[in-house]
Amino acid sequence: MSLLDITNLSLSISGTPILRDVSLSVNTGEIVAVTGESGSGKSLTVLATMGLLPTRSQTTGTIALEGQDLLTTSEADLCNIRGNNIGMVFQEPMTALNPVQTIGAQVAETILIHGTMSKSDAMARAADVLTRVGLPQDQFPLSRYPHELSGGQRQRVVIAMAIALRPKLLIADEPTTALDVTTQAQILDLLQDLARDYDMGLLMITHDLAVVSDMADKIVVMRLGKVVEQGETKSLLTNMQHAYTKMLFAASGHQVKLPDLPASDVLLSVKNVVRDYTTPRKTVFGSKGVFRALNGVSFDIKRGERLGLVGESGCGKSTLTRAILGLEDVQDGEITLEGATVFTGQKPNLAVRRKMQVVFQDPFGSFNPRHKVARLITEPFHLLETPLTQEERQRLINQTLTAVGLDPSDANKYIHQFSGGQRQRIAIARALIIQPDLIVFDEAVSALDVSVRAQILDLLANLSAKYNLTYLFISHDLSVVRTITDRVLVMQRGEIVEQGETEQVFTAPNHPYTQELIAAAPVLPDLQHLKG
Amino acid sequence: MIRYTLKRFLSLCISLAVASLLIFFVIEIAPGDPASFMLGINAQPDTVAALRAELGLDVPKFERYLAWTQGMLTGDFGMSYTYRTPISQMVADRLWVSLPLALFALALSTIIALPAGIYAAARRGKTGDVAVMSATQLGVAIPNFWFAMMLVLIFAIKLRWFAGGGFAGWDKGLGAVMWSLTLPAISLALPQAAILARVMRSALLDVMNEDFMRTARAKGLTTTQTLWKHGLRNALIPVLTIIGLQFSFLLAGGIIIEQVFYLPGLGRLVFQAISARDLIVVESVVMLLVFAVIVVNFAVDLAYATVDPRLRART
Repeated sequence: MSLLDITNLSLSISGTPILRDVSLSVNTGEIVAVTGESGSGKSLTVLATMGLLPTRSQTTGTIALEGQDLLTTSEADLCNIRGNNIGMVFQEPMTALNPVQTIGAQVAETILIHGTMSKSDAMARAADVLTRVGLPQDQFPLSRYPHELSGGQRQRVVIAMAIALRPKLLIADEPTTALDVTTQAQILDLLQDLARDYDMGLLMITHDLAVVSDMADKIVVMRLGKVVEQGETKSLLTNMQHAYTKMLFAASGHQVKLPDLPASDVLLSVKNVVRDYTTPRKTVFGSKGVFRALNGVSFDIKRGERLGLVGESGCGKSTLTRAILGLEDVQDGEITLEGATVFTGQKPNLAVRRKMQVVFQDPFGSFNPRHKVARLITEPFHLLETPLTQEERQRLINQTLTAVGLDPSDANKYIHQFSGGQRQRIAIARALIIQPDLIVFDEAVSALDVSVRAQILDLLANLSAKYNLTYLFISHDLSVVRTITDRVLVMQRGEIVEQGETEQVFTAPNHPYTQELIAAAPVLPDLQHLKG
Repeated sequence: MIRYTLKRFLSLCISLAVASLLIFFVIEIAPGDPASFMLGINAQPDTVAALRAELGLDVPKFERYLAWTQGMLTGDFGMSYTYRTPISQMVADRLWVSLPLALFALALSTIIALPAGIYAAARRGKTGDVAVMSATQLGVAIPNFWFAMMLVLIFAIKLRWFAGGGFAGWDKGLGAVMWSLTLPAISLALPQAAILARVMRSALLDVMNEDFMRTARAKGLTTTQTLWKHGLRNALIPVLTIIGLQFSFLLAGGIIIEQVFYLPGLGRLVFQAISARDLIVVESVVMLLVFAVIVVNFAVDLAYATVDPRLRART
């Protein structure tokens, strides 16, 4: 008997089937990774295990924890099991903690509600557990509030709450998706260590195949509510049976072929740019503080060049984007596009502004839901001095939608009628329609599933060949930057610490920070090598 | 927390200073001279001159402003022109009616609204929720003077449990005072309770969708425990805001209810003073109300910081 046995689990919510005959098992001390793209049902599978399904859910099959079927267990008994026998870690550490309670109280609560010890003992135990997860008491006392901690530290608190009573099974739902690569590596190490030390079964959900291959003993691949393939990690990786599994791994390591870099002049020039933000006063009559978000940043982008920008959250990537687009002035230095400054007087220089476009990360939040696609993608036309004729406008809409792989008839649809990948194509169409000299991709593929991401990367490569695109590609995902750019900048604390040809930087990084980033990033195993 | 309190206190002082300047100069700048305005268009020039001297209008404006604020700070509000009594005395008498009434109504409204809102949120979409929401819909829609008249009809005239109006006076003891304020307090409180219950419900429903509520469930808390231990405190911020606004409203806005129940409160004082063109009284009472609103807001700010640690850190 395994620790956890899910057998033929089917789930429907309000009559809509979500999961179909899902079976998987986790043994004591074993790490099982469930992977798949959005909508595959991985999260609902673990929520069913926790007994935390939405109302109006109907289930069949069994979920047995040490032989006890959780689906037929009463809510009161489930409350005893949650936190005690099963712990859970969630995706979003920034919101998973109660903002008005101290971390000590929140960790101790797990211990207290299961009634195993007195309040002072529970606090002492909470201190021990927090120390165990890497938050020692001298630096992170129990009286800290969540907002005083970083994302990685908060995720450690969430882990501490989940393991405070040493549950037999730990469930982690995308535990590192919201974190930077170096933090991700630390949290994954911690989870792995805890599973080994406490002899816990670890059921982990992740869409990141590199993480999966790196740490799981067993892999379960799900698609549209079904398990398509599962097995021991090594045997599954070396002998994939299902076409979907093969596609998933191929898409994860997808490489594109960029056209050769033409010899050309400098298009965008950033020289010694400094951007300061004022921080609130520390005392009532004290002076305001200064936070330097960009410190002497300099680089050029040549026409036709594909430049990457990598760095962790808070390093100044977004500030740099805003400065380049002329949305904010800088305190020192100069940003010019073909010699003209992007910010003049108190506002963006429109003559330059119309030569630049941007594609954002979130394909759901960056469109007005009340406008049709034709209106959405023609928005940049307001930057033109002379309005286009109706025919010209229509011609450009058709041409651009076709170029990004959509149909001209899509122009009359609303944005909710499209999937995430299609929306990102529309966002690219919006950037492309005015035929800008420079496009900034700000984490433009980060929110997409791997298979969709591969398609969008292919699209970018094709468009580069067709339109001789120049772009700045900002991403925290090193594997994507590696394939889609010619040259790369590495940014840390507002400074560019390394820049050079992408392949050169990735194979032989010079700066310690670059080395650290590359070492921390999980990589897909070389399947050929595994087989041999 | 000390820095936060100091900062809020500083902003309280600045608000008071700005408000006093505004009130004083708006009345000064208003066309015509206060003395002739108070006496009406048919007044004799020498009567106006006499009143001007009595009001001290012959002194430069800024000096008068200083004297006025200084007086306020020491509790000397000047003399009422129509009543010929010290304003401070009149205001104090009225305040002893309006303040307990406002507090009583606020307490009632909170005691009714919070449990009703929590109950409705916990049973979202079920019969209990629908019942509470329908009741609050009625409470918001029906004007409070109508409530007041119905209460008088039923409890004073029919059942004879309460007096139909009037104020018992503090010399009769706290019990008698509360007795005479019960019907007015209920009629003031019900519409406020309806609004507050809706705010409480929606704030709680918002919080219930938060990730940390799911975390709490994953720790093994029951839905009820999650609601009380994690939901409530996080939902309190918007509720506190509304409670603060309601108190300010109840203190001065009870004018109609004071009329219905024939209570000698601040609302009636302002009403009478405006009718009698007694500008000095109007000025003083308005300033007092502004003071009350600003102090209540200060208290609400401190309450925010007690509830939410992030606010203590931010400033």
